[in-house]
Amino acid sequence: MKRPKEIKKTGNSSEERNERSRALMQGRRRFLKNSSLSAIQLAIGAHLLNGSSSLNLNQHAQLKSLLSQIEGKHPGMRVLNDRPINAETPAHLLKDLVTPADLFFVRNNGLVPTNINADTWKLTIDGEAVSRTKTYALQELKTRFENVRYQITLECGGNGRQEFNPPAKGNQWTVGAVGCAEWTGVRLRDVLEDVGIKNNAVYIGYHGADLHLSGDPNKEVISRGVPIEKAMEPETIIAWAMNGEDLPVLNGYPLRLVIGGYPASCSGKWLTGISVRDRIHDGSKMGGQSYRVPCKPVAPGSKVADEDMCIIEQMPVKSLITYPKTGATIKLGDTLPIKGHAWAGERNVQTMALSIDFGKTWQPCNLTKAVNKFAWQHFEGKLKFPDKGYYEVWAKATDDKGESQPMLLPGWNPRGYLNNACHRIAVKVI
Amino acid sequence: MSNKPKQDKDTLIDIEFYRSIGLLITAVSVILISIIIFFFYIAFKDDIEFHEARAAQNKQAIVLEEDDFDKVENGIHVATGLAYDDNFQVVRSACVTCHSAQLIIQNRATKEGWLEIIRWMQATQGLADLGDKEPQILDYLAKHYAPKETGRRPNLDMASIEWYTLSLD
Ligand code: HEC
Repeated sequence: MKRPKEIKKTGNSSEERNERSRALMQGRRRFLKNSSLSAIQLAIGAHLLNGSSSLNLNQHAQLKSLLSQIEGKHPGMRVLNDRPINAETPAHLLKDLVTPADLFFVRNNGLVPTNINADTWKLTIDGEAVSRTKTYALQELKTRFENVRYQITLECGGNGRQEFNPPAKGNQWTVGAVGCAEWTGVRLRDVLEDVGIKNNAVYIGYHGADLHLSGDPNKEVISRGVPIEKAMEPETIIAWAMNGEDLPVLNGYPLRLVIGGYPASCSGKWLTGISVRDRIHDGSKMGGQSYRVPCKPVAPGSKVADEDMCIIEQMPVKSLITYPKTGATIKLGDTLPIKGHAWAGERNVQTMALSIDFGKTWQPCNLTKAVNKFAWQHFEGKLKFPDKGYYEVWAKATDDKGESQPMLLPGWNPRGYLNNACHRIAVKVI
Repeated sequence: MSNKPKQDKDTLIDIEFYRSIGLLITAVSVILISIIIFFFYIAFKDDIEFHEARAAQNKQAIVLEEDDFDKVENGIHVATGLAYDDNFQVVRSACVTCHSAQLIIQNRATKEGWLEIIRWMQATQGLADLGDKEPQILDYLAKHYAPKETGRRPNLDMASIEWYTLSLD
């Protein structure tokens, strides 16, 4: 496998140390990951070919246990679904400033492509709004365009879905479908300019190599995108590395889009093509109710017609307590340190506050600046408790436009997107 | 006479000198070894945690694999995790072909809600017509996976919290 060439780093030294030890571990696990993943895909593929009506369930259980060992993912990840693989990271495992690859959440809509060959991987740029269709080999992308490295937060649009009432269908993410890794790649803008785009360009849509769950090779699993202005932002990149290593297979190896501030479903994985469209992209999961919320607020449980649903663009302000893990029992008189991250779509987080009395009072805490646009920020506070008993620590971020996280669920929507309600942990003082 | 005490004193000093050197060496080695152990710990801490968690998980996995294909425990079909009743087999053959049962178990909906999910899969995800099995499947889903009223924000799930002592000294 090819290593990305060395380029200047932007991370700080503690992150570098962190990354180095992770890289060590990953190296050790890589072999296992690559060899067994294909075994699983083979098993699943064979099953599809047989046309049997249901996967042998013993096989299923075995696949499940095998899967947890081959994904190259930390065993502490919460697997929501093993087929397609969807897994989130418990809050306390997101403590690193830069999320390690084995702790980066997985949202798959289909099956991971098999027989990935980075040496022959190609990316085709086409669409109504390009001057000509052009295809690049992966190696050509790496050498032809300026290589950039950014820390970019990706969050699934459905992160927090589990709390909606009435319940919203789909994977029931709690808080951990988010991570901020350092991505290496080239700017989409540079590539699009090399191809030549016409002034009727409105939107881009990606195409990936993943396979539809039904086994139908003509069905595109997911093909979403962003407005052309967003595509041309300097931080919108086509990436081949996460934290200086090849992308994990489950996170899009060998090539993916990384687009900060929008739902992570815009950052297409196993990227094989980008269409520059003269209309809003109409690929799979762009229409209907997918990744859309009611254009006008609705009462909980309302039915909303497709034409009254609007595409989600910017993600809202949010934060996560990563230390301590929920359930800490401490002694009266102890000072409890609190740590975590905060992010705000395309904005900056301005202030961070903590409450131990369900919002009666809030205490401000320290907040770092983002390393670059779309990187999450880190907060740190210290808490004293007045008496013995049960407490919850609630964290609230406010962005630079004055928008804060609500303590209750934000506007109900049929598919359960954009829950940015305050994160909280339980603490007992004895 | 006058020499003797001096000699004694010299020997004494010598002994004391060597003793302190010895002590110093011991102390320095202890410190060095601790530092080395500490660095090893730091370097492999994640690995240790990883392997511990992995071992726990393997244990769980083995338990799962030993389980019977059709084993039912507390009304739950162990291999799929689905609720077990007369309609279970129909649901099993109709619903776990494309994705695992986990996607069903996580979700909660009324009968109308489940019908909507099924219609959505039929319209966009290649799910075939369920024919005369549809009412049975809907009854099953609405019975076992019905929504619960949780208000505008559920409490933290007390049952799932693992309390632990956090020493902060
Ligand atoms: C032909 C393949 C297929 C079959 C058979 C199938 N599903 Fe699905 N189902 C899908 C796909 C594809 C998804 C989307 C998965 C994703 O996005 O992760 C899905 C999603 C779901 C979801 C989540 C809804 C959402 O919006 O993401 C539920 C719940 C579900 N299926 C239940 C069922 C039930 C119950 C049955 C049996 C009646 C069933 N499925 C049979 C293909 C299928």
